[in-house]
Amino acid sequence: MIRSSKSWQAVAVASVAGLVLTACGTTDEGGSGSESSGGGGGAACDVKLAFFGPETGPAAGLGKPIIQGAQLALDEYNADAECAIEMINYDSQGSPDEAPALATEAAGDESLIGIVGPAFSGESAAAGPIFAEAGLPTISPSATNPALADNGWDTFHRVLGNDATQGPAAATYIADTLSSKATFVIDDASEYGAGLAEEVTNGLGDVVVDTDTIQAGDTDFSATAQKVSASKADTVFFGGYYAEATILVSQLKDAGFDGTFVAADGVKDPAFLDAGNDAEGSVLTCPCIPNTDPNVAEFAEAYEAEFGEPAGTYAAEAYDAANVFLDGIAEGIDNREEMLEFVNGYDEAGVTKQVAFDEKGEPSEVHVYSYKVEGGEIVPEGEIS
Amino acid sequence: MDFDFFFNNLPQLTITGLAFGAIYALIALGYTMVYGVLQLINFAHSEVFMYGTFATLWTVWALTGSGGASGLQLVGILLLALVMSMLSSALIALVLERVAYRPLIKKNAPRLIALISAIGASFVLAELMGLRDRVTGWVGLDDDLDRYVGGARINASMSGIVNMPNVEIAGISIKSVDLLVIAAALAMMVVVDQFVRRSKLGRGIRATAQDQETAALMGVNPTRTIQMTFLIGGLMAGVAAFLYMLKIEVTKFDVGFLLGVKAFAAAVLGGIGNLRGALLGGLLLGVAENWGAALIGTEWRHVVAFVLLVVILLFRPTGLLGESLGKARA
Repeated sequence: MIRSSKSWQAVAVASVAGLVLTACGTTDEGGSGSESSGGGGGAACDVKLAFFGPETGPAAGLGKPIIQGAQLALDEYNADAECAIEMINYDSQGSPDEAPALATEAAGDESLIGIVGPAFSGESAAAGPIFAEAGLPTISPSATNPALADNGWDTFHRVLGNDATQGPAAATYIADTLSSKATFVIDDASEYGAGLAEEVTNGLGDVVVDTDTIQAGDTDFSATAQKVSASKADTVFFGGYYAEATILVSQLKDAGFDGTFVAADGVKDPAFLDAGNDAEGSVLTCPCIPNTDPNVAEFAEAYEAEFGEPAGTYAAEAYDAANVFLDGIAEGIDNREEMLEFVNGYDEAGVTKQVAFDEKGEPSEVHVYSYKVEGGEIVPEGEIS
Repeated sequence: MDFDFFFNNLPQLTITGLAFGAIYALIALGYTMVYGVLQLINFAHSEVFMYGTFATLWTVWALTGSGGASGLQLVGILLLALVMSMLSSALIALVLERVAYRPLIKKNAPRLIALISAIGASFVLAELMGLRDRVTGWVGLDDDLDRYVGGARINASMSGIVNMPNVEIAGISIKSVDLLVIAAALAMMVVVDQFVRRSKLGRGIRATAQDQETAALMGVNPTRTIQMTFLIGGLMAGVAAFLYMLKIEVTKFDVGFLLGVKAFAAAVLGGIGNLRGALLGGLLLGVAENWGAALIGTEWRHVVAFVLLVVILLFRPTGLLGESLGKARA
């Protein structure tokens, strides 16, 4: 133990010394560096970015496109940079329990100056205070719980609209497009799912006939399904993730529910299609931009060429988030303090939107889109307005 | 408290509760029999069940082509899936007995050691399934078997292959799969009960449960009897796994954990060591949870289940049918 803590101190001292030296170096070159947009002479070296979120675990399906989207941005940057920037994956498995320890580990690595993530709302809440204290800027491509921005963490940013915008958009869709007379709202008691369900319930008002809460990890939802069919609801909204949604939608249909199943971005994953015919006709809302949008076409093509699969949910958002940091690194920023300042003042066109943040770290521009399961595929319908 | 909904839908809630309870009961059988013979709680039994669900899933996947199957062909596939599930679960149970218990029992290790061994075996088996893509990757088979080993840590589903219609009984719509699950589980329980009561091997199991040394003196081979106990528990877990897959259609490497805890609770509720108690405990637990979920809210179902367990154990510390504990075990 003593030995390891000593070597740890040595590493810390060395990295701090390295930082001081490189920081001195960049002040001279700062002027010329800000003009070059690629990895020109002024770009910072010996700095790292990180992904924070599920690489393995039950929600790994949602993590993968995020990792790959950020990786694509890095690869493009590294292609013509003089020193390559490395991305580390902090694999939280999407769990709030794992997050604090990992966040502390990340905060201790001084060469790490930007985090793409945390991916989920629960882990964001758990890791946020640690990043805020370390002054380590984070840009989440996917955490949508509204309360996250209200903690006063100046390091927190996200490039997509929160559930306070997604929830009402889902409510608008249910009320206007589906003309629902009776909606049953179910949530999974998670930070994300319960928050979203509350927004939808508030947005729909009297249309909500009843609500129920399930437990993540359960597989038998007979009682819930019975409640739904007894309530004669024509629409079910589910706030939660695809693992439960897949089973839930099957059991709802088996119990005689023949209305529309509506869920949000946590369900927008190919694994939801496992439910087969029962998933057909389901509507998924998402603040993520469809691949068919002309703005992301170029990105979507590059992504498919690199990874051999279409860009998944939040890949484009992750690409934008990584690019904010990479633009900063290209300008020669090599420490957290300047990076944070840079991110706060950022205002450039990304592939998903004009990327800029307000003082709470929320994006200044928000769009929510609807998708529909048709013929065994998740097909974009358009923006919900 | 939603009494209106509860009373208006009581029949359906009871049937769906009984169906899940029947699955608990079949798994509980494995816990209760092993406890009866060895006074050991086989915590790895949940994994015995989990391997059965995958055996069912993979058999169905392998035999139904892209077009699916129907009619007699489907029935044949399902019967084969049931056999595969029972064989896989039984095999895992026997391996467990051989590797995780027999060496300890031979050395007369304290029961606590065997319990830890059981917990360890449970983790090993679950993670082996959860990391199956890496395991097959070592031998270079992961590409050929991608359909079976890909997505090792997420749900694997056979949804849409078996579509059983709802039936109307006295104006109430009931899922036929629920009735099938209940009927099949009850039939299996009767078979096992009669087997243990009437056959020679069953007598051996009961004798070993009462007094292993005396039974051995009377010519009962204890090692073989213990093996048989694990075998029967494994076969029943295989049936439970098959019925579970018919009803839920989705499985995952850690699916055994929650079901295992519930089935163990069912065994204790009915009186651990008592076969009929396992059935009663399982059905009771299934119905109670479903009623609780309907009355209070679905998020409370596990709370209801375990509050019920504690309350019953307060009044009957040996479980509902547990009087005979220490006398006519198994």
